[in-house]
Amino acid sequence: MSYEGWILLTGSLVGISCGIVGCFLILRKMAMLADAISHTVLLGIVGAYLISNSLEGIYMLIGAAIVGILTAFFVQLLHSSGVQSDAAIGVVFTSLFAVGVILLSLFAGKVHLDTDHALMGEITFIPWDILEINGINLGPKAVWMLGAVLVFNLIIIFLFYKEIKISSFDPDMAVALGIPVLLIHYLLMGMLSLTTVASFDGVGAILVVAMLIVPGATAYLLTDKLSVMLIISAIVGVLSAFAGYFIATIFNVSISGSMAVAAGVIFAITFVFSPTHGLLSRWLARKRLQNKSA
Amino acid sequence: MSETLVSIWTDANTQWVLIGTLLLGLASGLIGSFALLKKQSLIGDAMAHAALPGICIAFLIHGAKSMSWFIIGAALSGLLATFFIEKIIKLSRIKEDTSIGLVLSVFFGFGIVLLTYINHQNNGNQSGIDDFIFGQAASLVGTDVKLISAVAVLLIIITVILFKELKLLTFDPQFAQGIGLPTSFLNGLLMTLIVGVVVIGLQAVGVILMSAMLITPAIAARYWTERLDHMVIIAGAIGAFSGVFGTLLSTTTKGMPTGPLIIVAATIIFLISMVFAPKRGLLLKAIRQSRLRKQVAREQVLQTLYDFTEQEYKQYKARNGFHEQQMIKKRPISNHMLQKILHSLEKEELVRRTGDALWCLTEKGLIEAYHITLRNRLMEVYLMNEMNYAHFNIRQDQSMDLLQLPEKVLTELQQLLKQYGREPLVLPENINSGKRSYHRYASLGGK
Amino acid sequence: MNPVTVENVTVAYHRKPVLQEVSFSVPEGKLIGIIGPNGAGKSTLIKAILGLVPRASGDVYIYGKPYKQQRKLVGYVPQRGSVDWDFPTNALDVVLMGRYGHIGWFKRPSKKDVEFALSCLEKVGMKEYANRQISQLSGGQQQRVFLARALAQDATVYFMDEPFVGVDAATEKAIISLLNELKAQGKTVLVVHHDLQTVKEYFDWVLLLNMRKIAIGPTEETFTMENLQKTYGGRLTFLNQQHAIINQQ
Repeated sequence: MSYEGWILLTGSLVGISCGIVGCFLILRKMAMLADAISHTVLLGIVGAYLISNSLEGIYMLIGAAIVGILTAFFVQLLHSSGVQSDAAIGVVFTSLFAVGVILLSLFAGKVHLDTDHALMGEITFIPWDILEINGINLGPKAVWMLGAVLVFNLIIIFLFYKEIKISSFDPDMAVALGIPVLLIHYLLMGMLSLTTVASFDGVGAILVVAMLIVPGATAYLLTDKLSVMLIISAIVGVLSAFAGYFIATIFNVSISGSMAVAAGVIFAITFVFSPTHGLLSRWLARKRLQNKSA
Repeated sequence: MSETLVSIWTDANTQWVLIGTLLLGLASGLIGSFALLKKQSLIGDAMAHAALPGICIAFLIHGAKSMSWFIIGAALSGLLATFFIEKIIKLSRIKEDTSIGLVLSVFFGFGIVLLTYINHQNNGNQSGIDDFIFGQAASLVGTDVKLISAVAVLLIIITVILFKELKLLTFDPQFAQGIGLPTSFLNGLLMTLIVGVVVIGLQAVGVILMSAMLITPAIAARYWTERLDHMVIIAGAIGAFSGVFGTLLSTTTKGMPTGPLIIVAATIIFLISMVFAPKRGLLLKAIRQSRLRKQVAREQVLQTLYDFTEQEYKQYKARNGFHEQQMIKKRPISNHMLQKILHSLEKEELVRRTGDALWCLTEKGLIEAYHITLRNRLMEVYLMNEMNYAHFNIRQDQSMDLLQLPEKVLTELQQLLKQYGREPLVLPENINSGKRSYHRYASLGGK
Repeated sequence: MNPVTVENVTVAYHRKPVLQEVSFSVPEGKLIGIIGPNGAGKSTLIKAILGLVPRASGDVYIYGKPYKQQRKLVGYVPQRGSVDWDFPTNALDVVLMGRYGHIGWFKRPSKKDVEFALSCLEKVGMKEYANRQISQLSGGQQQRVFLARALAQDATVYFMDEPFVGVDAATEKAIISLLNELKAQGKTVLVVHHDLQTVKEYFDWVLLLNMRKIAIGPTEETFTMENLQKTYGGRLTFLNQQHAIINQQ
């Protein structure tokens, strides 16, 4: 595959993974937790490097998953000790992220990561970092990692679809039916952390948030069916990746930033023109109602 | 190291930077307290991230680095972001958290796009905008710092002058409106104050961590006091200290961004507050709780024994002790705790062992148990009819407070107790006579 | 055997007691109203039975066995305000959630489940709304969807939390006829209810609750002025107004 092809594939995989996981976060009103976790995985990645002294993907995944779940746990802990939940999120993610940045600065010489990389990702380098087994070129490592995480997410969602759905919609009912709601919560947090870290190389820690929230929010305005929402969200993720890439090459700017902007533009269009929940259609419906009653 | 320290105190620029971060910390602690109480902590986060494109556009228009242009650009795009957040919530079914995250990330993405655009335009020439991401206080020059300090002082003065109004606005906006305060103006003002403190903090703390400057000092201060005016002062002090501390550390360590250090300093103070603060701190709370738990368990055991005694008394049976397992079943308690308490009650001569794992109240214990039972049942009746007595303001976990009630109310409660058939039947002095009499509570030395 | 036996249940939030040593049993095939003033712990009682709030002490038995072993026998209608009705799902889907307890892990609802869910929607007069997004339903219709979901649980004991709140007259009628149908099938229904005027009309039994159990029994014997006074305490002015109504019926 061409250089461009690999980049587009990477971006699309990020779009699909984040888009799907993001839907559940939006529906569970945990979008800001996504923001928090996408910041704190930086600490997980730096920590994993400092402990393992290696930049292998698997260590990064483990480190990020641990810190991601810890973030969710700390937020819960602070909240239950009386700190209001938005402030709890704010305190936890900023402090863990700050520690991550400090460690990164202290060991800047040794880690190939730098703060810019952490922020924006380096999607342009991805095609060069090839996975080779027995001298056979298997394509970029990041693609394999993203693919693996996507497959893992899809399996989890497929297996536990109805459990995740009911514990998102009506947690009380779920508990009454004997579904382990807390376990499902941490399962989602785990998926979120894995997805974030796998996307990290491509779009950077911060812009993962855009990919997590914006496609899901767009899909939320386009459909009234959860399964369709997941699909639309994935499609919007892919569209944003493609559009972002082309904007970036035309203007010679950050690819990940452009992807976030593209996602934002798609959302804005949907916000106005969505046939069911758009500004325009609701305005028209109101007008029609007024005319009828007049 | 000592040389750098000396240079800090003698270098005029560094002194200015320190004053700047001190004032910045003070202002963010002050204003952050209001943001926190108004539950708008994360809006500050969105504003800070959203400031990035504003700074970049200001740079593109002005064509050079200029702090005053940056501040204007950042403030405008920060306000635009809050406007979008509010509109999205209002005009669609998207909820607040999603709306904040959405606007924040898209604005930030756009900022990154502009940033790379500028860097490429300048052919790798450092525009200095990168410093805005994680903050680099050392890169501030004298005029910038003076501007930042001036704005910080202005923000502090506005907050202090309008303290009373802002307090009412955060506590009870509807009441504020009712007494004729211009609440929408004040809301806008508070937003502007938040934007103001965010934009002047960007150079020193950076867009990503600026929200912590608003949140962390305020939440740490919350542990030390119940009063807003004290909270605001403490938060300001914590913010100022963290600002100075972070700046000092970052200027002495090469290549270390200031923002994370300031935030870590503030977080450490937060953690100390959370654990050690008197009253609200976790440590003293835990100690109080374990003491309370012991006291509750003691009362629980006595009341359980009383309940059993009462039951037998109703059935005209002899009292010959009650089994420990029976007690655990009636009011769950760990066996270990039960043993400990029975032991100490035995020492106090309040209970008596009557057989293997069998216990009963002594005469003295019965008096004690009677009081506890009466008090708890009065509390129960009080809670059942809380609506009628709400104005007495009894704390729900403090049945002792009942004794402060006016006599008339106590009599009323006793009447209700009788009506519900919940009055304690076994009275210490005529325990054998079978006569049921009701004493007024106060005369029984319930004090 | 009694469908529901509650033994000595105490619930406290922090240190504030919400329910104190509540014990009762209900007979099979009755409609039971749970009555009491605001904050008396009515909803908490149901939640404590279903394990949604932790109990400080006490046991709950459904047909003689702990609730956890008998989940499939129990249906639940939570308060309508407890969920986000903007959730992207339609009425049929919500009703199908009632089947989840029967379907088990890893499996999808079968055709039979869908048919059953549709028949439940039909029973509450909502079949034509099966594919309607839930936010586009009126309050009464949403309540009926919740009832249909409980029916889909195919339970023998039902717990309903304020099903009559904020519904239109048609829905109220539909709920009543449904309750009576359940009763005719020998099922037991416990309903949290706060409108004293309709108690005699709707329920065979009442449980009067104000933190403690005040009384439980057949409505004629239990729903008396004296018991009400005990339940509502000093709020006599309010009760005096009700008095006329009770005598009327």
